[in-house]
Amino acid sequence: MSTLETSRRDFLKTSTLATGGLIMGFALPGAKVEAQAAGTVYTPNAWVHIADNNTITLISARSEMGQGVYTSMPMLIAEELNVDIQQIKVAIAPPAAVYVNALLGAQITGGSTSVRDGWEKLRVGGAQVREMLISAAADKWKVDRSTLRAENGMVLGPKGRRASYGSLAAAAAKLPVPEKVALKDPKDFKIVGQRVKRLDTPAKVNGTAEFGIDVKLPGMVYASIEQCPVIGGKVTSFDAAKAKGMPGVLDVVQVNDGVAVVASSYWQAQKARKALSVQWDEGPSAALDHHKVLAGTRAAADSGKVLPIGKPVGNVAEAMKGAAKVVKAEYISPMQAHAALEPMNFTAHYKNGKILLVGPTQFQQGAHGTVAGVLGIKPEDVTLKTTFLGGGFGRRLELDFIVQAAQISKAVGRPVKLLWSREDDMTHDFYRPLGLNQVQAGLDAQGMPVALQFKVTSQSVTQRAFGLPKDTLDPFMAEAAVAAYEIPNTQHDLVIHDSGMRVGYWRAVSHNMNAFANESFMDELALAAGKDPYAYRMALLKNKPRFANVLKLAAEKAGWGQPLPAGRARGIALMEGYDTYMAQVAEVSVKDGQVTVHRVTVAADLGRMVNPDTVEAQIQSSIAFGMSSALMQEITLDKGRVLQTNYNNYPVVRMHESPNTDIVLVESTEKPGGIGEPATALVVPAIANAVAAATGKRVRKLPLTPEAIRQA
Amino acid sequence: MSIKLNVNGRAVAAKSEPDTPLLWVIRDELGLTGTKFGCGAALCGACTVHVNGQPVRSCQTPVESVAGKKIATVESLSRNNTHPLQKAWIKHDVPQCGYCQSGQLMSAAALLAKNKNPSDADIDQAMSGNLCRCGTYPRIKAAIKDAAASLRNA
Repeated sequence: MSTLETSRRDFLKTSTLATGGLIMGFALPGAKVEAQAAGTVYTPNAWVHIADNNTITLISARSEMGQGVYTSMPMLIAEELNVDIQQIKVAIAPPAAVYVNALLGAQITGGSTSVRDGWEKLRVGGAQVREMLISAAADKWKVDRSTLRAENGMVLGPKGRRASYGSLAAAAAKLPVPEKVALKDPKDFKIVGQRVKRLDTPAKVNGTAEFGIDVKLPGMVYASIEQCPVIGGKVTSFDAAKAKGMPGVLDVVQVNDGVAVVASSYWQAQKARKALSVQWDEGPSAALDHHKVLAGTRAAADSGKVLPIGKPVGNVAEAMKGAAKVVKAEYISPMQAHAALEPMNFTAHYKNGKILLVGPTQFQQGAHGTVAGVLGIKPEDVTLKTTFLGGGFGRRLELDFIVQAAQISKAVGRPVKLLWSREDDMTHDFYRPLGLNQVQAGLDAQGMPVALQFKVTSQSVTQRAFGLPKDTLDPFMAEAAVAAYEIPNTQHDLVIHDSGMRVGYWRAVSHNMNAFANESFMDELALAAGKDPYAYRMALLKNKPRFANVLKLAAEKAGWGQPLPAGRARGIALMEGYDTYMAQVAEVSVKDGQVTVHRVTVAADLGRMVNPDTVEAQIQSSIAFGMSSALMQEITLDKGRVLQTNYNNYPVVRMHESPNTDIVLVESTEKPGGIGEPATALVVPAIANAVAAATGKRVRKLPLTPEAIRQA
Repeated sequence: MSIKLNVNGRAVAAKSEPDTPLLWVIRDELGLTGTKFGCGAALCGACTVHVNGQPVRSCQTPVESVAGKKIATVESLSRNNTHPLQKAWIKHDVPQCGYCQSGQLMSAAALLAKNKNPSDADIDQAMSGNLCRCGTYPRIKAAIKDAAASLRNA
């Protein structure tokens, strides 16, 4: 996977720099003194703020959307700074070049990259400030700095000398930032690797945590926006007379994406919006429906340009010819919405050519640059503050609602909070694209695969979002396409098809469709060979110790091969994603087509872990997210209109449907892997394989609804 | 014209139009933003508050329908996280994004007010109206049991 990782990184780096000019290059003020109630604050580097009253604030350059970076990023800094993690404060970074995510080439939270990007950088950031504080103390006491050490917020010296970080901060912040610093041997870690209590939990159990929807600016008014029912459509005319006469309505304004009602309260704006009459040019998507999306994708699979994923191995065509048996299958992963619980919203205050933006975003750099561009103002006149995110999952990488809020505030000249309804959110998403996977294998006389041909046809989010040139491999469509199994002849191909849908990155992105296909197919091959799916996989992992290890651990923990109560069956699946090696076993029963997932066992090797408790939480989270995807969710359209509007027709797993989870984490000294996403993708084939084992019927199109299972 | 309510033990006179959902009176007029908006259709439970002790979806409750009644929001549990449910939520590090948790806590509080020894089925029954997109259900369940135990031993 390393070549894909590299190309993904290089691509985003060059594209954002070349096309958007998004790197703003204004770092936090170095050593600038700010008078605050909390004391006078010093910033020795971009990661650590120290007030002279000893309040220490550590910076998270990543947005907190549930995945725990509000705790894990400061843990990495605190490990080297030598401060008590429970005593520090946390701030989310503003847009600035220093906070760019090197794995994605932009200031983005996504792709399960936060720990992987921050692992060394944040420890260096903490160590730099520690060394600066020690130097400041050495200068003050006129002693050799080698006689000093930093511990628990204090610099300690000979003869019992001690000085708090706060008392040294002013002097330390004037010193040059050391280029080279020594980092601890991981065996000496005191914070990293511990089950540290999340720092955001207290605020999230008493209503004080500030999400975007909770932002309040002085004089703020509220907006609700009517957008074209067909995504991409434009306003041709509108009549706001009736809406303007309704209680609390202050103004009705047209912006690029629609018509916004601005009122003294959200409810007044929302109610008056229903009184609008808007005429639309529905645009090219007005004739689109999900049947056409599938038909177009299938046609493209036959005739579209084929882009190789990696290099073919051996000679697939020859090996297929000589095979004792050929097995073919086609798998379909439907379009899906993100459905984060906090509907899209942002607060904007435009005044005298400057704008303040406050809200939930995964893409500070994009919001900053795009709003400046759309409003025609200088980047330095855009101030962006990030709140907690009520879920992200990729939806808050998009900037549509931020631009809308900015344009509405500019039009009415007041601070405005724009809030979408759930229906707005569901029908105006950037949807996970449909995935069509066609897989074929040749088996030898013993039923073992001698050749594998894999083709995925889907839509490129990267073309839309970052201007990836046509006929170029999109690495975010090829994830988990090449599985671990040792097969002598393999070929993996990608076909990119623009279906006309507005598509977006969705938790685990293309791991979802590709792992569903690969791992379902592996079970189909085992069945064709008359072999146990676990043993069949193991036989193909002789030189893949990390894969084999997690597969074995998951199977053992789940009691693979042990008897089950009547009506229950297990399914197994294996994948690498985000440098994390993972196996899962799902245990299900099926009654009248209705799937119950009783238990999911996960074994994960993600190298070094920052906070194992958060790792477990992310795996639990991913299982629920992936289970909703596997069993319940599909976006369909009629005349360009998305038909799912709320959680009644786009369900999410609820408490009574949530399975028990058993999680085995491998102790490892490998470099850290990402954990926010992989289990989301892998639970889908684990469930699908268990359902096939339980029913004897293979369903190759998701979701596995009762209807789909009964018809199989 | 105003509608008299008792919110978290405080008498308030709501000035919003009578058909305004209680959710928006609580959030925008009274400034108690712990209660969240998720679906506007009583499908997700993020807006759960208590009306005279019963859990209700405030997004579907016109303020005029609760005139004179006692409303309790997440802020009423405690400001300093001393309520047994808040303590249990912290112990189990339940929240992820946290957006649904106010509603989860209020549904759990209503459950424990009438049942201090809930079974798994009781918990499923009481909590199935509260969505968590982050899937914190296993921890919610564990935290409810923990809080119930501490209430029984109190």
